[in-house]
Amino acid sequence: MAEATGLRNLQIVNDWADDVAVFRGVPWGKAMMWIFLLSDTFIFTCFLTSYMTVRMTTAEPWPNPSEVFALEAFGVPVPLLLIAIMTFILITSSGTMAMAVNMGYRRKRGPAALLMVVTAVLGASFVGMQAFEWTKLIVDEGVRPWGNPMGAAQFGSCFFMITGFHGLHVSAGVVYLAIVAYRVWRGRYEKKGYDIIEITGLYWHFVDLVWVFIFAFFYLW
Amino acid sequence: MAVEAQIPYQEAMELHHPHSWLTKYWFSQDHKVIAIQYGITAIGVGLVALVLSGMMRLQLGYPDQFDFIDPEAYYQFITMHGMIMVIYLLTALLLGGFGNLLVPLMCGARDMVFPFVNMISYHVYLGSVIILLASYFVPGGPTGAGWTLYPPQAILTGTPGVDWGILLMLGSLAVFIVAFTMGGLNYVTTILQARTRGMTLMRMPLSVWGIFMATVLGLLAFPALFVSAIMMILDKVIGTSFFMPAIVSIGDSLDYAGGSPLLFQHLFWFFGHPEVYIVALPAFGIVSDLISTHARKNIFGYRMMVWAIVAIGVLSFIVWAHHMYVSGMHPWFGFFFATTTLIIAVPTAIKVYNWTLTLWRANIHLTVPMLFAIAFVITFVMGGITGLFLGNVIVDVPLSDTYFVVAHFHMVMGVSPILVIFGAIYHWYPKMTGKMLNDTLGHIHFWVTFLGTYIIYYPMHYLGFVGVPRRYFANGDMAIIDESVIMLNQTITIAALIVGVFQIVFIWNLVYSYFRGKDSGHNPWKATSLEWQTPETPPRHGNWEDKLPTVYRWAYDYSVPGAKDDFIPQTEPRSPEEAAAGRTE
Repeated sequence: MAEATGLRNLQIVNDWADDVAVFRGVPWGKAMMWIFLLSDTFIFTCFLTSYMTVRMTTAEPWPNPSEVFALEAFGVPVPLLLIAIMTFILITSSGTMAMAVNMGYRRKRGPAALLMVVTAVLGASFVGMQAFEWTKLIVDEGVRPWGNPMGAAQFGSCFFMITGFHGLHVSAGVVYLAIVAYRVWRGRYEKKGYDIIEITGLYWHFVDLVWVFIFAFFYLW
Repeated sequence: MAVEAQIPYQEAMELHHPHSWLTKYWFSQDHKVIAIQYGITAIGVGLVALVLSGMMRLQLGYPDQFDFIDPEAYYQFITMHGMIMVIYLLTALLLGGFGNLLVPLMCGARDMVFPFVNMISYHVYLGSVIILLASYFVPGGPTGAGWTLYPPQAILTGTPGVDWGILLMLGSLAVFIVAFTMGGLNYVTTILQARTRGMTLMRMPLSVWGIFMATVLGLLAFPALFVSAIMMILDKVIGTSFFMPAIVSIGDSLDYAGGSPLLFQHLFWFFGHPEVYIVALPAFGIVSDLISTHARKNIFGYRMMVWAIVAIGVLSFIVWAHHMYVSGMHPWFGFFFATTTLIIAVPTAIKVYNWTLTLWRANIHLTVPMLFAIAFVITFVMGGITGLFLGNVIVDVPLSDTYFVVAHFHMVMGVSPILVIFGAIYHWYPKMTGKMLNDTLGHIHFWVTFLGTYIIYYPMHYLGFVGVPRRYFANGDMAIIDESVIMLNQTITIAALIVGVFQIVFIWNLVYSYFRGKDSGHNPWKATSLEWQTPETPPRHGNWEDKLPTVYRWAYDYSVPGAKDDFIPQTEPRSPEEAAAGRTE
């Protein structure tokens, strides 16, 4: 097979097809996390695609997100104020996460654990603000999953479903971070190495990245 | 980490050795025990589905003769039969069962990379089965929405099981997907990252390739089902309108508005079509190994077989809407999906040709596994050809929702994978138990099953051409329901009941041989792949001695000219003659 002969000479093909491991030096847990995140990507893609579909099929007008998600500050309604703060916090937490990974590989387990705790606290405050946002929408503005005063019922349905599912991811991430941080602090990974922090970080960055898409497609559109 | 740094890691893998009966047989972290747990559960729930199909056939062959089958019950039979067979039997048995059993053994690993997660995976799967079967014990019984669960009807009054059944079904599916993800991540990571020395990707047996690609498909396709299950639960429970348009039901206008039933169909089939290949690809892989081993000949076109598996997997993601030609779609989309569907026939045909060419002038041993393998090839060609009919829009539209479709998918994804599963069980049972299955019982089981399924499904093509609609409780006095249709329906029913009852022979064989079968030795089929080279049979926890085996060749060195046996195990180092002859694979 002529093509195969050509392919065989490519270094990348050789590397991939070699024995033992396709991804050399990548721990099992890290490979597994990447594959899981790929699968999870499809879940969020399906959610967002479904949201776009029902936004098109509904006959009612779509509420204006800039107005719905505006927050009163100094007497003026500022569009997307809370969301901007939440997004900022989540992206900052990705930064502290990256620093924790760095500290881990430098085997400074105290700072690594501390930075992970900071990441978890930022994540928890994100979830807290989300709870505030939900409360405001439900109590003050009368938005329900099955309907709302501003327009298409699907607005509320998609909002609660997608941000709720993402919020669950963040909450799970906070718990995950807390557990790993505790174990790092206790020195449990001194022998095994600190890949676990990077693996936790992968999940955290993913949750962060997904938020960027939710932000773009739901709040800005 | 270089290879040599990674290998001791694998060799020294910490195994959780059992300390009590409970951790040895129930919460075991040994992939082989988990495989058997998956297998027994899947076959058990599959028998339930088999009984359900018998009940349907009773009604179709002898309408209104049986008091316990009313239209509602009939629709519940259809739904539960379809869903159990596709998801809880085939997917679970091929990936959870054979995936667990074969991947570590064939790759030369001690176990799956995360045995604990693997153990949890089985128990979550068991939970999903229990949730599903629980729907028989709730008010209203299981859902009768058809296995495709199309909204809006699936959650509206008039469909059986609308109160509880549908929720249990959707919940069970979501739980199943969680279980599958935990198992699937393990299979993929093990194959990618934990093979033994010398086991390159292009030396892996095709079974592993098939299981690998099918698991990747599962990890990417099940999310669509997961999401649609969540949205339908929300529609049903708290009254959102994701899938529900404005509807007038029995004179009342409902609170739903603005949703898209078509969205569900797209999500469902975005899962549903890859699902066909989630079932088919492991079967393709396994049957390749069965044919090669029992024909004592290397598989023809190994590389092409691998690339065909990969190509089929990729293509399977862009054909889903061929299930929706009659749902209404733009002709250009119909054109697109018909084209991609027909393109899949190319890699599939490559596989069929290669199986046939492997058999060509081979030293064929007509053992029971081989009989099942050959029966698979024949049946798969039958089912595949009718797939070409249904892939074309203009042929599909008149044949839609007739028995032709029923015949097609039962041939291609019902009977075919089941034949491979039977073959695989006859093939690997000796490795799992150290005993051979009884040959006579095996032959009886094979011939009744093989010929029986043809008597069942062959006439259905004709029924479909005549126009007999599928999913009908009773055909009534339609002009198309003439003598031939009635006669055929009775024939099919009798054959189906006989085939169903004869599966007892198989179950009995499994039990009987475990206690009374003759000892198999380590390698009864004289096979080359790694699982037959284990130091003990059945392999102990950890599979290998202190050192993992080293692989020197591919898995298909059968009848090599000049070799002393007609097979050379993968662990056999290359001889000087081979090196001199410049053989590289």
